[in-house]
Amino acid sequence: MSKLLEVDKLSISFSQYVKGLEQRELKVISDLTMDVNDHEILAVLGSSGSGKSLLAHAILGILPLNAKVSGSMKYKGEELTEELKEELRGKKISFIPQSVNNLNPLMKVKEQAIGYIEDESEKEKIQKKQREIFKQYDLSEEVDEMYPFQLSGGMARKVLISTALLNDPEIIIADEPTPGLDEKSVEETINNLVELKENGIGMILITHDIYTAINTSDRIAILYLGYVIEITETKNFSGHGENLLHPYTRSLYQALPENDFKLTEGHQPSYLNIPKGCPYHENCPNKTDKCDNILPELKTIGNTIVRCFNPLDGGD
Amino acid sequence: MNNKTKKFIRNKAIHFIVLMFAVAIFSFILLELSPIDPVNAYLKQAVVSPEQRLILEQYWGVNQPLTTKVWGWLSNLLQGNLGNSLIYRVPVVDVIVERFKASFVLMIISWIISGFIGFGLGIVAGKNKGGWIDKIIKLYCYILQSAPSFWIGLVILIIFSVELGWFPIGLGVPIGTVSTDATIWQWIARLVLPTLTLSLVGVAPIAMYTRNELVNVLSSEYILFARARGESGWPLIERQALRNVLLPALTLQFQNFSELFGGAVLVEQVFSYPGIGQTAVAAGLQSDVPLLLGIVLISAVFVFVGNLMADILYYFVDPRIRENENLDRN
Amino acid sequence: MTETNKKPNVLIPLNLRTKTLLIIVISALILVSVFLSNFLIDSSSLTSNFLNYNQAPSLEHIFGTDWMGRDMFTRTILGLGISIGVGAFASVISTIVAILLGVLSSVNVVVDEFVAAVIDLFGSIPHILLIILVSLAFGGGYYGVIMAVGLTHWTPLARILRAEIKKIKTTEYVKLANELGKSKLWIAKKHILPLIISQIIVGVILMFPHAIMHEASISFLGFGLPPHEPAIGIILSESMKYLSMGYWWLAFYPGLSLLILVLLFDVIGENVHKLLDPTSAQA
Repeated sequence: MSKLLEVDKLSISFSQYVKGLEQRELKVISDLTMDVNDHEILAVLGSSGSGKSLLAHAILGILPLNAKVSGSMKYKGEELTEELKEELRGKKISFIPQSVNNLNPLMKVKEQAIGYIEDESEKEKIQKKQREIFKQYDLSEEVDEMYPFQLSGGMARKVLISTALLNDPEIIIADEPTPGLDEKSVEETINNLVELKENGIGMILITHDIYTAINTSDRIAILYLGYVIEITETKNFSGHGENLLHPYTRSLYQALPENDFKLTEGHQPSYLNIPKGCPYHENCPNKTDKCDNILPELKTIGNTIVRCFNPLDGGD
Repeated sequence: MNNKTKKFIRNKAIHFIVLMFAVAIFSFILLELSPIDPVNAYLKQAVVSPEQRLILEQYWGVNQPLTTKVWGWLSNLLQGNLGNSLIYRVPVVDVIVERFKASFVLMIISWIISGFIGFGLGIVAGKNKGGWIDKIIKLYCYILQSAPSFWIGLVILIIFSVELGWFPIGLGVPIGTVSTDATIWQWIARLVLPTLTLSLVGVAPIAMYTRNELVNVLSSEYILFARARGESGWPLIERQALRNVLLPALTLQFQNFSELFGGAVLVEQVFSYPGIGQTAVAAGLQSDVPLLLGIVLISAVFVFVGNLMADILYYFVDPRIRENENLDRN
Repeated sequence: MTETNKKPNVLIPLNLRTKTLLIIVISALILVSVFLSNFLIDSSSLTSNFLNYNQAPSLEHIFGTDWMGRDMFTRTILGLGISIGVGAFASVISTIVAILLGVLSSVNVVVDEFVAAVIDLFGSIPHILLIILVSLAFGGGYYGVIMAVGLTHWTPLARILRAEIKKIKTTEYVKLANELGKSKLWIAKKHILPLIISQIIVGVILMFPHAIMHEASISFLGFGLPPHEPAIGIILSESMKYLSMGYWWLAFYPGLSLLILVLLFDVIGENVHKLLDPTSAQA
């Protein structure tokens, strides 16, 4: 196992205009640190609508121009500059987007999968490969000639996955690959992703669905208000969650119906009002005065990284 | 022909007929409301005896109730009889055919030129959104959209006819003559400046629209994904965006027939170009009611055709809609 | 640490809000002063002065003088004043028609279809011909122009209002209010009006430049204001007789001034739109 991608203290923010043209700073991702190895799936778990996708866009270098980014990233130990991103994206680093909306409505599926290739013989080669991969995913030749709106949800998902595989990527970033699919397709998708991992790919799986995260990944990074609050091995999501160290992670796990179904009070504050101090302190049962004012740094405890002054230990 | 096409044709045909009746009745009533006296307009201050005047009044139906007049006008219309022009003293249809031909050439050339240039400028501006070239193109569009088209015509006239002397001033044909003995070269010379004006003015809306449409497309999720796959630069736009922008832009250009006609009216006036617009103005100013009504009708047909072309594009070229048609058939 | 508080930006002293407001205020001031100068201008400067006729622009007469020695700058300002006046009158009429029809269309399906048909009819004749027809119907002159411009510029706003009201009516809270037995008037006041008011404001401001331009156009064609009025359309129409003699300033400056006037209205409209609907400013 070797580190494919490292993200260090990445922050992404936007300035936004609201009614009356007041300007407002919207911090979407704060101080995010994580890494992913080959043969590994790292799930990034966060509530929906929180702009997790922007993490993917940041790694690929396709953020909108008005985004403000700080922090650094490394690809195989090498500084991941904008130039390197441009070189890698679509080749070594591949992206599986959310939905069929990511396909051009006026372009045949095949044309989009192959991409822009000037060289004719090169194009033929890729075309052949595209057919092979499509076939692996049970996509018949008819699908090649289809327009995106003719695809079913499951088919679109397969098209998006096969498209990502066309250039033998080392890293795949999958953005919410399961929502909107029926159970069978979800299972199929999960199997596909796990299979890719077993073939050596390192994957970042961005999702808001805790089941998908648990069923596919090796490690899970939990986001809260754009902060990573814990990165833990997936196997720790078991039993009563004794090995989950952050109060939020544990309450998240315990709230699942098949566990204790223990619901916690309070709700996640809005991104517009990220509280001072620890982002979770408003809802935390164990908070101290310190938590109100000071943002805890990430610290390593065993194999877990956690952002908390008073991490939990085993038991309750 | 499948069901969808049949349905499309049927709906359009009904719409056309109803609309033309509405336009005919509406414009007739508007001119009936006006204090124009057709007899005076016909006589042009010539002195006639009261008996002769009475005959003329009966001929024009001056003292009949409105419904009778409308009905008379409609039944004539259905027989293809638009009456006689009061100022040209020939059937309205003849005047319109002659003049519309001249205008059509002017409008269609301007339409094509402004379409190509506008689309091109829009693509260049949208691709370089926020850059200096975008700002220049936007400025050009803003200024031209705010400029009265007849003033642009006057400025062009000042530059090319007065200052440079490349074209004579007042190329026109006096009102009241239908055919002219102009040679083909004279026609072309006449055509250049009005076409230039109309094209310059016509570039603005299509360029602005194309620019904004391209900016929208470029911020779409599918462009994001294409970029994530490594596509970039001009090939990205050519492959992924051009088609998606071209269709709505062409649709808009067809829907602009109404503006095109309006522009022609003003520009023809500036350059004394013997087209339908100049004739409409003359008919309006000299109270030539039958001619004005005829021109309103033909202009409505022209606008309808533009919208129809836009609809046809929309229904039969976009694959998303073509597909629905297949579903209909199954 | 919160980043959400407004922070004054040190590098750019004006934020977009201040800049937008400033643009609106300056543009509005220019327009108001042009309009008011109408009443202040000493008409003696317009008396014929045959010693100064057909002078090219100079420091004394920055827009030059015409064939009767009248100062073109004064005439242009007066013309712009007339344009603003006619534009304002016409916009009021068009706004009333648009609101009436927009609200009417929400009564029931039959009325709605009727409104749609009227919009269709008005859109099927080239605008300039429609204006000519209506101005003839009202007998021409001032009255004819105002009615013609006023009665033909309501369609875009009516179309927007019709669509907007339809959208609002299907929203959950309006349905809920209906079920709670609130009166139609109450719903309109509480839920619909606040949402369409900004559309109306922007619609009206953007109507102005069109109205002004069309007034100038039909005056130019000869259907509009009487020939003794110094309306821009008439000034330009008269200038055509003198262009061949090289008196280009007679046409150039008045038209340019009209262009700037129209541009100012567009600028105001767009900036007000930005203030009311910030998403349009993000791009």
